[in-house]
Amino acid sequence: MADSSFPLLTLTAAVPAVGAIATAAVPAAKRELAKRLALGVSLVTLVLAAVIAVRYDPNGDRFQLTESRSWIADFGVRYELGVDGIAVVLVALTALLIPFVILAGWHDADPTGKQSSRWRPTQGFFALILAVEAMVIVSFLATDIFLFYIFFEAMLIPMYFLIGGFGDKAHEHGEEEAARQRSYAAVKFLLYNLAGGLIMLAAVIGLFVVTNDQLGAGTFSLQEILQARADGDLEISTNTERLLFLGFFFAFAVKAPLWPLHTWLPNAMGESTAPVAVLITAVVDKVGTFAMLRFCLGLFPEASDWATPVVLVLALVSILYGALLAIGQRDMKRLIAYASISHFGFIVLGIFAMTSQGHAGATLYMVNHGISTAALMLVAGFLISRRGSRLIADYGGVQKVAPVLAGTFLIGGLATLSLPGLAPFVSEFLVLVGTFSRYPAIGIIATVGIVLAAIYVLVLYQRTMTGPVAEKVAKLPDLRAREMLVVAPLIALLIGLGVYPKPLTEIVNPAVEHTMSDVQKSDPEPDVNPVEAAHE
Amino acid sequence: MSRGVHSLWMAQDGIDKIKAPHIEYDLLAPTLIVIGAAVLGVAIEAFVPRRHRYTAQVGLAVLAMAGAFGAVIALAVSGKGTDEAQIAAMGALAVDGPALFLQGVILLVGVLAVFTFAERRLDPVAHGKQVDSFAAEAAAVPGGKAEQAAVKAGFTTTEVFPLLMFATGGMLIFPAANDLLTLFIALEVFSLPLYLLCAVARRKRLMSQEAAVKYFLLGAFSSAFLLFGIALLYGYSGSVRYAEIADVVAGNPQKMTPALADTMGNDALLLIGGAMVLLGLLFKVGAVPFHMWTPDVYQGAPTPVTGYMAAATKVAAFGALLRLLYVVLPGLKWDWRPVMWGVAIVTMVIGAILAITQTDVKRLLAYSSIAHAGFILAGVTAANEEGISSVLFYLAAYAFVTLGAFSVVTLVRDAGGEATHLSKWAGLGRRSPLVAAVFAVFLLAMAGIPLTSGFAGKFAVFKAAAEGGATPLVVVGVIASAIAAFFYVRVIVLMFFSEPRPEGPAVTVPSAFTVTAIAVGLAATLVLGVAPQYFLDLAGNAGVFVR
Repeated sequence: MADSSFPLLTLTAAVPAVGAIATAAVPAAKRELAKRLALGVSLVTLVLAAVIAVRYDPNGDRFQLTESRSWIADFGVRYELGVDGIAVVLVALTALLIPFVILAGWHDADPTGKQSSRWRPTQGFFALILAVEAMVIVSFLATDIFLFYIFFEAMLIPMYFLIGGFGDKAHEHGEEEAARQRSYAAVKFLLYNLAGGLIMLAAVIGLFVVTNDQLGAGTFSLQEILQARADGDLEISTNTERLLFLGFFFAFAVKAPLWPLHTWLPNAMGESTAPVAVLITAVVDKVGTFAMLRFCLGLFPEASDWATPVVLVLALVSILYGALLAIGQRDMKRLIAYASISHFGFIVLGIFAMTSQGHAGATLYMVNHGISTAALMLVAGFLISRRGSRLIADYGGVQKVAPVLAGTFLIGGLATLSLPGLAPFVSEFLVLVGTFSRYPAIGIIATVGIVLAAIYVLVLYQRTMTGPVAEKVAKLPDLRAREMLVVAPLIALLIGLGVYPKPLTEIVNPAVEHTMSDVQKSDPEPDVNPVEAAHE
Repeated sequence: MSRGVHSLWMAQDGIDKIKAPHIEYDLLAPTLIVIGAAVLGVAIEAFVPRRHRYTAQVGLAVLAMAGAFGAVIALAVSGKGTDEAQIAAMGALAVDGPALFLQGVILLVGVLAVFTFAERRLDPVAHGKQVDSFAAEAAAVPGGKAEQAAVKAGFTTTEVFPLLMFATGGMLIFPAANDLLTLFIALEVFSLPLYLLCAVARRKRLMSQEAAVKYFLLGAFSSAFLLFGIALLYGYSGSVRYAEIADVVAGNPQKMTPALADTMGNDALLLIGGAMVLLGLLFKVGAVPFHMWTPDVYQGAPTPVTGYMAAATKVAAFGALLRLLYVVLPGLKWDWRPVMWGVAIVTMVIGAILAITQTDVKRLLAYSSIAHAGFILAGVTAANEEGISSVLFYLAAYAFVTLGAFSVVTLVRDAGGEATHLSKWAGLGRRSPLVAAVFAVFLLAMAGIPLTSGFAGKFAVFKAAAEGGATPLVVVGVIASAIAAFFYVRVIVLMFFSEPRPEGPAVTVPSAFTVTAIAVGLAATLVLGVAPQYFLDLAGNAGVFVR
């Protein structure tokens, strides 16, 4: 597809950005208007994302719908946007999830009485969500590394206010303790990610110096750098490449998050409201794994190869450690957070297995994990807001009282444990196959993660939903219409993509070929008949 | 005349050959306007009735600063910053890109400082008179009868405006000074008014006077070092002119004299002299280990003065430092670079670490300014053209952020005046979301978050440093940034996520003066962050020193 003069990508990012400002400007008294405005904006963004997906030609150029403008010439920075197959599905995922996040958080930021009239938490909450959406979309679309970096870092600020400013009121030690924990979680989130980002900044500057030395003019354009590498104009020395890789990877590993840099995630997800937790794990963190695939592998193929053994081990540890800790959690949201760490381990595993199945699986995993975690977390959030407690022990027998809630919770949980027939199964299978074909031992160990996932999901379900009806649970209302509206489409997607993943794979597979050629890898030849081969 | 001693006044050529000094008034217009207005301001104090002085002084100061800024623009437009850069006033001053750029920044900061000085809406009305942040009668003993009488009479210290203009005049000369004596004179011209300004706070007067005395004593020490260093450099090279010293350092002086032949080989004179001059300048920029005065002075001085001092002094002093290192001592690059590396590293790290434990917002900003001095020094050590232009850009970005941040500090008040203790800022974001959000933007800019001017500036200096081969400095720089981020974030947490205290301070609604200062600071912060290209070009074009 040829370049289009219409800046569709810019528009897709600009709509939520402008929407955020408009939402923030709504007067204090008109809270409902702010909510509707935010929802409307997010739906328009969804439509635009759908247009991108339709206009994207899977078998066309690597980057499509490209836009390129001069921005900060002194730094060699251009405003360059473009989508490849991976970015298309992730933008679609982001645009898809935000309306549900907004709907699910409809009442989360209503002011609680005695505040001054100038304090407008509701407007702030929805404006911040839209701001995060805009920034995430830009970082998926940016093909200029500096542009990516700017939004990768800048999104921390609205995220930080969302975590610190709008936590769960439900806390076992009362509201004051909740506020303290929340602010701790927000600061931890920010400092971890800021530290990662600043280390990356050093690497970004290093990349500029390298391109400046060798190409005559420093550039951050991904396409230019890839082209220069392919033409042999740009030769980064082994040591420099490894250092730059480490700088980039560190930031993405914090964001993803990979063990042992994961400790901010349980705090952040535990203390924030369920919709914000979904925003963190299903949307924002995806930028980390996406960037590993696009930037670490694309810019530093040899260093990626060099680091693979270590990264694979870290991914394995994440899978097992996350799952084991999930089993041990008393708090529902922290359980889901640790489950996510386990899942991010799978994604990183798929990326660094360096097979096309692994890459395709990792990309699908990002999407499916987003949807399944959103479903599970949002239903958990509905449950928590009813009972006012995050502790698993406070529940029991919910399925007798609120069968629809319990049923949707179960489907979300089963998706999380990758039940065949639901979407996550496809991606988890692809990741494991992709890993196994190159590293059989690691593939086998990773499979243990699936077993552990079954334990933490089913134990969670059993303790909360089955058994005798717990005190204070008896009068819980079932899902309301608004909540059904949030959960039903997500579940439909989980089932639909589980049965028929072809639309996604058709977009992702050709794109994965590019990332494979970046790292100059081809899939290992399958051993068709090992017995015969041994005889020959 | 004994051999081996330079003589300034060897009238070998006969007394009739001494020419009358030639002064290019047009090239010196910015400085002349400001200093002239300052003199006029003194006359106003002497002759204009007290009730008209405030209006007259504010009007004069704004006009002078704006006029001088116009003159700077006119000079820049006529190419004096690039192709037609030249030495003026018989070699005393350089009119070139860096000088004009920094003079422009200093004058803009100066205008905004006049606004914050002129603010009279913040302090409660005393005896029917609106008063500003300055003592009713600076000479009166704090708490004494004379002070009470002055307060009752509604006196105000309108002398601050001429003082501000004298300081600004000195700062305009400082980065343009092209010989060591002019450098020293400029230093004193801007330092002495600043010492006085520090002492004239309306509230907490003892603390203010203590700050002034500390600043004066330590400043006097550093001036002495600077002066001694100048003497040694003169002893080494037989000249105070930058270009001539540079020639001698490079080993090919224009005119060889027996005295020069004798002293030229004496590296001890050169190294010690250079180090002492550097020390004097590093004191003014607040680099570790010459930073001790910064927190006390920043805390004690009236906040508008602190804001002005933090912004403009740093701009002027870094300008002078750049010129010294790049024009006088480039031949000594291999000697000063390791030293400046060390100073930059300890400045970044110590500034960031000490800031963490601060509990007063003004002290916090003081330590933050130390850390910033370290980041700027990282750009200075680059010793290439990017080094100059990135430092220029950083200074512009930093000046507006700092002035804006201190202006916000003046707004947060309780019964005792400005509430600078951090615990009192708890929950400010809930009471006054707008003010807290603006302050948060300034803090984020200082932390170097993308889309703010702080990030663009930090990126520019780190890039220059990396290109100059100072990769370890960049790594230390990003680590220090991460540490620094912690305390900026802590203040934001306090403002937004803590419950407001019942007896906490309130935000006073300021007049249009302070609003303008804050708005301009905010606009500069965002514009330099989102669309920095124009200003980077400006700094890039201005990045060449004339010799």
